[in-house]
Amino acid sequence: MTAFTSAAIEADPKLPIIRITRDFAATPQQLLRAHTDPDLFARWCGPDSGTVRIEHWDARTGGSWRYTHVTDGDEYGFRGTFHDVRPDRIVQTFTFEGQPDGVALETLTFEDLGDGRTRLHAQSLVDSFEGRDMWLRSGMETGVNEGYAKLDALLSDVTA
Amino acid sequence: MTDSLSRVFAALADPTRRDLVARLSLGDATVGQLAAPYNVTVQAVSKHLKVLQDAGLVSRAGDSHRRPVHLEADVLDLMTKWIERYRRRAEERYRRLDAVLAGMDDTNTDTDTDTERPQP
Repeated sequence: MTAFTSAAIEADPKLPIIRITRDFAATPQQLLRAHTDPDLFARWCGPDSGTVRIEHWDARTGGSWRYTHVTDGDEYGFRGTFHDVRPDRIVQTFTFEGQPDGVALETLTFEDLGDGRTRLHAQSLVDSFEGRDMWLRSGMETGVNEGYAKLDALLSDVTA
Repeated sequence: MTDSLSRVFAALADPTRRDLVARLSLGDATVGQLAAPYNVTVQAVSKHLKVLQDAGLVSRAGDSHRRPVHLEADVLDLMTKWIERYRRRAEERYRRLDAVLAGMDDTNTDTDTDTERPQP
């Protein structure tokens, strides 16, 4: 069986879908918690620079969420709904408030691999190829090293 | 070589033209089909296509607007780079998630906060 120790991505040629697959050294329960606990979620969800301020968070089926990404005095709002929250699956919508017409439908599946390992399948469906390409292109100008600095900070925080 | 390279970079410096390239990476399309998603005229799209064509990024058999525009294969490489950049950003997020998961203990209490997790 293929191991996805690093994120694998697939842009579907027929549908405006991005699929990402990634293995984690954690149980499905832990992965669910990292996606539904607002404090934990804010620590990893990114984007790469700045901080994430959770404005509203109701991680239950039918609930909704909103957070603000703060960077260099600029604030960007993101919001969506939790359509379905289950132990092995989250279905949610995702909208950047700067482009309120763009709505992505995200389906996250936690596949139990046993031995405390879980495979995350993250699928994002957008409403057009133009929209998907805009997504793929977003952050093209962002430095790729920003994330590693944040990871370093987080690791020292966790071990402290 | 330098001239053609700089023409490619200049052609791709424009966001509308990058969008056109992204659209054409999915398949050939006519000028009308390319203009449809934008609030611009067919003439405006034609002008952008002319720049892309001069840079060697796209080609078209004949001048008729009904002839499909074709993306030259080398430029697919650009799309690959976009996707790879997106993948790397996802991977960076997931490395942060790795660290969060590693910091969790088995009793569902987070060392960092006293917040109860929301019950799904």
